[in-house]
Amino acid sequence: MSHNQLTESGRLHHFLSIEGLKRALLTEIMDRAEQFSSISHQQVKKVPLLRGKTIVNLFFENSTRTRTTFELAAKRLSADVISLNINTSSASKGESLRDTLHNLEAMHSDMFVVRHNQSGAAEFIAQHVAPHVSVINAGDGCHAHPTQAMLDMFTIRRHKHHFPDLRVAIIGDILHSRVARSQIQALATLGVGEIRVIAPKTLLPTDCKTLGVHVYHDMEAGLKDVDVVITLRLQLERMQGALLPSAREYFQCYGLTERKLSLAKPDAIVMHPGPINRGVEIASAVADGPQSVILEQVTHGIAVRMAIMSMTLGSQAELHEVTS
Amino acid sequence: MNLHIKNGRVIDPASQLDAQLDIFIRDGKIVAMSSHLDGFNADKTIDATGLIVCPGLVDLNARLREPGQEHTATIDSETLAAVAGGITSLCVPPDTDPVIDTPAVVELIEERAKKSGRAMVYTIGALTQKLQGELLTEMAALKMAGCIGVSNGLSPIKNSLILRRAMEYAATLDLTLFINAADPWLQGNGCVHEGAISARLGLTGIPETTETIAVARDLLLIELTGVRAHFHNISCGKTVSLIKDAQNKGLAVTADVSAHHLHLSEHDIGNYDTLSHVMPPLRSIRDREQLQQGIRDGIITAICSHHQPLDNDAKLGPFPETTPGISGLETLLALTMKLVDDEEITLHQAIASLTSHPAEILGIDAGQLKTGAQADICIFNPNIYNECQPNKFVSAGKNSPFSGWLFNNKVTHTVFNGKLVFGQDKIHSISV
Repeated sequence: MSHNQLTESGRLHHFLSIEGLKRALLTEIMDRAEQFSSISHQQVKKVPLLRGKTIVNLFFENSTRTRTTFELAAKRLSADVISLNINTSSASKGESLRDTLHNLEAMHSDMFVVRHNQSGAAEFIAQHVAPHVSVINAGDGCHAHPTQAMLDMFTIRRHKHHFPDLRVAIIGDILHSRVARSQIQALATLGVGEIRVIAPKTLLPTDCKTLGVHVYHDMEAGLKDVDVVITLRLQLERMQGALLPSAREYFQCYGLTERKLSLAKPDAIVMHPGPINRGVEIASAVADGPQSVILEQVTHGIAVRMAIMSMTLGSQAELHEVTS
Repeated sequence: MNLHIKNGRVIDPASQLDAQLDIFIRDGKIVAMSSHLDGFNADKTIDATGLIVCPGLVDLNARLREPGQEHTATIDSETLAAVAGGITSLCVPPDTDPVIDTPAVVELIEERAKKSGRAMVYTIGALTQKLQGELLTEMAALKMAGCIGVSNGLSPIKNSLILRRAMEYAATLDLTLFINAADPWLQGNGCVHEGAISARLGLTGIPETTETIAVARDLLLIELTGVRAHFHNISCGKTVSLIKDAQNKGLAVTADVSAHHLHLSEHDIGNYDTLSHVMPPLRSIRDREQLQQGIRDGIITAICSHHQPLDNDAKLGPFPETTPGISGLETLLALTMKLVDDEEITLHQAIASLTSHPAEILGIDAGQLKTGAQADICIFNPNIYNECQPNKFVSAGKNSPFSGWLFNNKVTHTVFNGKLVFGQDKIHSISV
């Protein structure tokens, strides 16, 4: 399905979903992030790529980590950043969303980084902003969280070199996870050999296989010989809709423990998009253990978001100059 | 006023008529259907050469938004849209504001419709007060006021005991029960068919069992109570089999399908196309095929617009926050005739499912052409390429997912009660 996120010449204009993006583009994001990640170690952690640009973080849903890394990424690119938290729990519907956008556009912003609790919200906003404004999806409902998926791919690439040789298992609430959907699309685009999802039936979408994954309900079978283990955060409100009986039973069946992890390859890495529920989806010993790369993921988030922001908003020539 | 429709291909499914004939109309009634009529002085003659002349269409379900949402549409605006689509009789479901649960609301709607004078507007009364599924309405009074049936609209009755009693009471009064079947718990806050598309887009799905469980329960209660029932807007292939079984058992059960469910599937949602947000949701391609088969097999006998005019804002927003509904009056005939072009159904099946069959479901004297009957007639060109342009709809609701579709037919004239209420002598064909 064609997103309108690419320009006619195939460059990124918006970044809404991994779906439809080519492998070369994902690789370019990671290559560029690799260059930016060295900046974090410099005395002066800034490059002037987006100087004079205004970026508005528009968060209709609470977030600390994602919003902060987006802010940091924008500031390191020398952009001016405003962060707005907008409460959607009130009766604010489509029209007020559009009005909010138009008001912000009137302040001549160049980019919106959007998080919203409804699937398709980023797509909707991209359709309604002025043509020169870029939109980055920082998570829309259960649909997509493409920057998170890219920082996960970047982290995997740092540790494992050749995507086609990999077996990756994603454990947990696939049904409600925008992270999982974007990860699956990114892994598939990068040619990962086998993508597995492990969850009880209540947390898997109907027709889950159409996403291109192998479905497991059993951790022992699902984790066997995998190279990458991704655990997803379990929202504790899932007990309400009769999706699960208790956090305790979930941990017993689907929590990642050292014992279960031992079924994966010895050099398997453990990932989590955060924030972690210790003792629910992952044991502390694993989260803090030698195979965990969870904190690295957070660090990589800045470089990857710098790469994506600069690719959507920066001029290509400048980009080349600064990063080469 | 004397009206002469000459040289048309007259098709009347009720009498199996399909012939080149003239129709002569005087004082609102058809006085003759023949090649000529001596001593008839026409005030107006419509040359229907090359056109199909059929009964005015009968639509079992169209929301006109009045009373309650006049800012969206009115009886006046929507009856004008109806006749532009060849529809001369239509039914409004009870979910207006106020709900059609008292004779006063029935009278208001009928009076407004009469004032507009373009199409016959029938009301379906509420089954329970305020559609809350708790207390019965005064159905005898509603029937007396003119309601042709009762329904709980889009608010399914959760309590099976109350539904049973409501059915028994409606059966006592010989009122047809119109049902939009949905299990409210399985439907939840879903907005699309549960399947590959809901998985991909991360939208909450509505499983097929939302409909089939409700239909199965209702059919068992229909059997128990003996009420005559009609299922509106069925969307799943499995529902067709359930209804077929009930009909084979001899239950008085009929069903309709919307024209859009016969053409679209979940895949048309594409990338969150809110114009394809409709309830019940667009289902799988297999369901769509089984609905078409249901028409061929005579299990589903009516095709309806399920017209829901909306203002533009209702469709602007993230998909789950938009209002479901399609403005369908002006595409009903075109979409149904497209099934004939696609060789899915016969011309006879198409016209019958828009005229005599829905009239029979309602038990009204309409949907057929015969001498002495009220002259409600639709004339259309079956051979003219034109592009669907929702922004040019007569209806106040421009919300149609069929923008840019090519149709091979177009309504040219509509006669209601012997009056020409819509006429377009010159229509533009586009070359393809």
